[in-house]
Formats: sequence, C-alpha cells, structure tokens
Amino acid sequence: MRILITGGHVIDPSQEFAGRADILIEDGRIKTFAKEKKLRNNQAQVIDAEGHWLIPGLIDMHTHLREPGFENKETIKTGTLAALRGGFTTVCAMPNTNPVNDNPGVTEFILKKARAEGHARVLPIGAVTKGQMGEELAPLYMMREAGCIAFSDDGRPVANPLIMRRALEYAKGLDALIISHAEDPVLSDGGVMNEGLLSATMGLKGSPAIAEEVMIYRDIALSELTGGRVHIAHVSTLGGVRVIRQAKERGIAVTAETCPHYFSLTQDAVCGFNTSAKVNPPLRTRRDIEAIKEGLKDGTIDIIATDHAPHGRAEKMSRQFDDAPSGISGLETALSLSLALVEEGVLTEMELIRKLTQTPARILRVDGGTLKEGMPAELAIVDPQRRSVLKAAHLKSLGQNTPFDGMEMKGAVIKTFFGEKIMEWGQE
Amino acid sequence: MASVKHLLGIKELSAQEIMLYLNSAGSFKDILKRDIKKVPALRGRTVVNLFLEPSTRTRTSFELAAKRLSTDVINFSAPSSSILKGESLLDTALTVEALGADIIIIRHSSSGAPHMLSRHIKAHLINAGDGTNEHPTQALLDAFTIKEKKGGFEGLKVAIVGDIIHSRVAKSNIYCLKKLGADVRLVGPATLLPEEFRELGVSTTTSMDEGLEEADVIMMLRLQLERQGKGFFPTTAEYFRQWGLSKKRLETAKPDAIVMHPGPMNRGIEIASAVADGDNSVILEQVTNGLAVRMAVMYHLDERKEQ
Repeated sequence: MRILITGGHVIDPSQEFAGRADILIEDGRIKTFAKEKKLRNNQAQVIDAEGHWLIPGLIDMHTHLREPGFENKETIKTGTLAALRGGFTTVCAMPNTNPVNDNPGVTEFILKKARAEGHARVLPIGAVTKGQMGEELAPLYMMREAGCIAFSDDGRPVANPLIMRRALEYAKGLDALIISHAEDPVLSDGGVMNEGLLSATMGLKGSPAIAEEVMIYRDIALSELTGGRVHIAHVSTLGGVRVIRQAKERGIAVTAETCPHYFSLTQDAVCGFNTSAKVNPPLRTRRDIEAIKEGLKDGTIDIIATDHAPHGRAEKMSRQFDDAPSGISGLETALSLSLALVEEGVLTEMELIRKLTQTPARILRVDGGTLKEGMPAELAIVDPQRRSVLKAAHLKSLGQNTPFDGMEMKGAVIKTFFGEKIMEWGQE
Repeated sequence: MASVKHLLGIKELSAQEIMLYLNSAGSFKDILKRDIKKVPALRGRTVVNLFLEPSTRTRTSFELAAKRLSTDVINFSAPSSSILKGESLLDTALTVEALGADIIIIRHSSSGAPHMLSRHIKAHLINAGDGTNEHPTQALLDAFTIKEKKGGFEGLKVAIVGDIIHSRVAKSNIYCLKKLGADVRLVGPATLLPEEFRELGVSTTTSMDEGLEEADVIMMLRLQLERQGKGFFPTTAEYFRQWGLSKKRLETAKPDAIVMHPGPMNRGIEIASAVADGDNSVILEQVTNGLAVRMAVMYHLDERKEQ
C-alpha cells in the first residue's frame, strides 16, 4: 500500500528539517522523504496535509499502562490507543504494576501482550529493586535481555543511598539507564500537595520542593561517583532545575524530563480539594513554572514526558483528598499543552518536537522518532490551530482523570500512523 | 442570608454571614436560659451526626443543639460504623442520606472530606472538623463568646497560641477574626507556625511575651501530645516553659483579657490550672455558647431549603 502525504509542514529534528515536504509511505515504511519538491502520485492514496504539521511519532519516556494488575485503570490496549490519540507511537511502561515488573517473566508478559493487543510500541521499564522495595537489586541483566530499556523504582524512590549507588555501579556495567523519581521520602513523607501557605491553610500535608532538590542532588552525585547513567523523572521545582543545570555545566551526563502539567498548572488547581489535580510530585508555584520553562529553553530539561497515570473514576474522584490516588491521565493532552510553549516563545517548533522525539530516542538509545527514509512509518499529522474543549469523558484512556477537563486546548492530532495502521481522530 | 447550602468552612463565608449566625445565636442563647429549653423550629427534620473521628464534646454539643430544635438525631460514630468494614466515606454518607437525613454533621480525619461529600450529597452538610483544615462552628462559638465579652472585634488584639499548623480551630479562627476586623497574632514554635501565615494579614512570633503583650483575647490551643517525638518540640516540659500560659505570663496581657481554650485541655502543658480555672477564663462559657451557635447554624441552613 502506498500513501502520499503532501503539502504538509514537516518537522523532523533528526534531519534538522522544518519546512514543506512530501512523504511517500510504502508498506508501512517511509519510502521517500522529498524536501521542497512535489512527489508524483503514482498510484498512491493521497493525503493533503496543507496547513498541518507532519511530525515523527512521539516517544513517551514515562507512561503507566497499569497492566498487569490494575486493568480497571488502564490496559496495554487502551493505554496504547490513548498514546496514538495523543500522537505517541512509542511509550515506555513504568514497572509499578502488580506483579511489579521486576523479573523477566513480567517483562515478557508485557511485550507479548503489547504485540497481541497494543496499538503502539511498548518499551518496558524494569524495576531497579525487587518489588520496588528499595532493598535488593532486581535481575537487571536478565530483564534487559528480556527487553527492558531502562530501570526505575518510579513512585517509590530508592531511599537507601547505598542501594542507589550499587544500582548505578551495576547498571553501568550493562550500560543501562536508571530513571530516578527524585523525592526524599522522609522529607516528603505523607505529603499530598506542594508545601506552602496553601497546604497549611487547606490542612493538607505538604511535600516540600526541597525533597526533590536534595534527592536530585544525591542521585547526580552518585552518578558522578559511579559513572552510571541517571535520568531525572518529572522535574517540578526551581531548585531541581538549578541543580541539574549546575551538574550539566560540570559535564555530568545527567538527563532530565518534565511533564506538561508542571509548566501548565500551579498548585492553585487543587483548591476546593480537587483530586483531579493531585499528582506526585505535586503541582508547584508560578516561580517553579517559570524555572521549568527556563530549563526547557536552555536545555537543562532534555525532554517532555507525560507521566500518564490513569486511575478509575471512583477511586480518583470520590475519595477524600488524602486517600485519592495521585496522577494525571496525560497522553492525550501532552502535545496540545506543549504547543503552548511554542506560542509563548519558550521553544521553537523544532526544539519542542525534538524534546518529544529525537532526544528521548537518543537517551533510550532506541530507533524511532525520525522520518528518515527506510524507517517505519511512525508519524502524526497535527493541526496546530484547531481549538477544542477537552472532555475527560471522551479520552481514549480508561483514566479520565485530568485537571484540564473543560479547558480549551489548542492544537490537535488529526491522524497517527503506526506502520501500516492509520488512525484518524474526529473533532471530539 | 447564608449564601451556601452547607457550612464547610469559615473561608467561604462573608463577614455579614458570620454576623448573621452570631446574632441569631444570641436569640437561641436566650431560649437556652428558659425553663423549657426546646423549640419546635425543626420538628420533623432528621439530623445525623456522622463522626468518623473520636469526639465527645463536639458530638454531644451538636446532638443537644439538634434536640433543642426538636429534630430527630442519629449518632453514627467510627467504632460502630461500617467504615471499619471497608465501606467508603461517600457510600456511608449516601446511605445516611437515603435514610432521610436533612442535615449531616460530619467530622473526619481527612481535610476536605466534607467538601468531597458536598459534590455528591443533597442534604445540608455541617463540617464539625476536617483533618487540619477547619472547624467552623468552633470559630463561630469563639467569636460569639468574644462578642459577648468584648462587645465587638474591630482592633481587638487576639493572640492564638500553640500548634497553629495542625490546628483546624486556629485556622477557622484566623479567617473568622480577620473577616471581623480583629488584630490577630499567632504565637508558637517555628516548627508549628510557618511564617507564610503572615500572608493572611496576621503577625507571627515565637515569643510568648511579644505575642501576649496588651492582648484582649488569648486563645490557647490543645497541644496534640503525639507531636512530641516527631521533632516539633523536645519535651512537654520545655514546651510549657516557652509557650504554656502561666499566671505570670497572663500578666503580660491586658488585665481584663479573656482566656479561651477549645478543649479538651492538657493542664500543665499548654495552660496552668490556675489560669484555666481563674477569673479571666471563659472556657466553660465557650461550651455553653457552642450549643446556641450550633442551633443557629442548623436553623439557618434548614431555612435555605425552604426558599
């Protein structure tokens, strides 16, 4: 099957290209990438992308697919469909399932299930320690053999610095990446929102920004000591950005991500005990948002990930704030929210798409995130101008937990290509 | 008229609404002085006390207030409740509502629990204390007591002393007294009194002498003893030396200053017995006024339904 996408504004950071180009897809692969010239329609189905963007399929380094174990929240099937809806063709699945992905058996189950039912590529992330308990190393080598592309105890930071040191030393030998959910569990103990006047006046236990900053500092120091590669997940604070910037200036090979909610919303979103804005790390302040944008702009923060964390409606919306689970269903809003950064002049369109494609591929050392000839046809067509009001109930994810429900979103994915699969998304 | 269907907190109330409650509490207090202390104001209504955190005095006060208004009252408390069997708070509240509750009085250890219920429940909700957020009827009864003793609030110097950050009583009182025009000072150890509170227009100090200077009202908070050993303060003895209200400390305040405490008291830890039982203390009057204030709140919320 041949498909010719013509007239679109193509942005492919892997080829340093942004401009008009035609792309011919044949049998699920990119056959021809024709810059500044029109391809002839030789028996291809033609898609007119005039006025739209054509971008490589996005790569999410931080997704919770919930399967196995929490299929009421999300499944590999629904989560990968939500991914395509959001323009993502690759998602990295965090290991906090039940059972935890801390052995090759679970890794194989996830990959098998993804092959059978998944809509997009799933790259499993294994646990650093058995059961994510922070005590004994998980069999990193065997999990890597089985297909894990990185390791993380996401959601349960490795509290013991000696275990983290050993993990980094051991992972170095495997050339494996460790992703750190950087939050000192003692300083942040019991915290359910950002610490400050608002948490004090709402009577909610605050998680202080300093808990993130000191843990990032620790993990960077351990990375420097051991030579193990560390990636800092979901940076949410000014202090965190500052520590990573200083480390990079000293030449330490740390990388970092933030998520759209950390540059789109402040802690005020939890006012009225709004559990849909409960997320970990918590939403912070205007100052933190400015620092994160600054970090995205100067490259301190390498990539944008979603931390897609779907939950069931009853558990998320009908519990008291303390007891409601943390997380935002983020795959389907990430691109629109990130496009605002281009609008505001924080990033160029090339810089933004790079943080969602080429750079995550580079950090993970995987193929993808490119429109180069010969590569699988993984791309999205985006209407950057389309405005729509987000309706949580219309999300493809089983997790309809989003603080952006009812808000106007600018920019929408209208088609996603994943090999021979082409998904077309309606107005809703 | 109260602008809301529920009483979730003082934060959401205007000064006018607070004064409305205080004024009608005055009328109910007169009734409580009569021989027959019961009025048929809410006859036929059902009030449920949903107390999911241990409480004797607040629950008793609400129960008696509801009975004085001729309602039928049911007590639903933690040890006997289905919450222990794993039922969610929302399901429990929906069950209580299905039994025909018109007013649900809720106490819960989680801040915001009544706010969550208010999104699902049609009955009137009264927050009787949620976590470390608010305890609005306590603030109303405290304001009522202050008004009775001092006549008004404008420029009145009120010192609130103790574990501010964990005290729902303190928070409701801060909002209430600020709205009514009082000059509020917060006093306590820095570990329990973040300076950010100043952004609310109050002053903060760690010095008891500074905080009590020329005060008209001293509001002592209960020190939750389980905080000891968590790094907030070293020992209760040291706490009393710095922030306990002794007879001598009281002299720093105005001679006619009133001493308040929401109870239950830790004598010898936050307050000396001589002060608690002394001439300046209005602690037992607070308890009496609590009845009148809670009657006024239930009466006005119910009235909202009629409109």
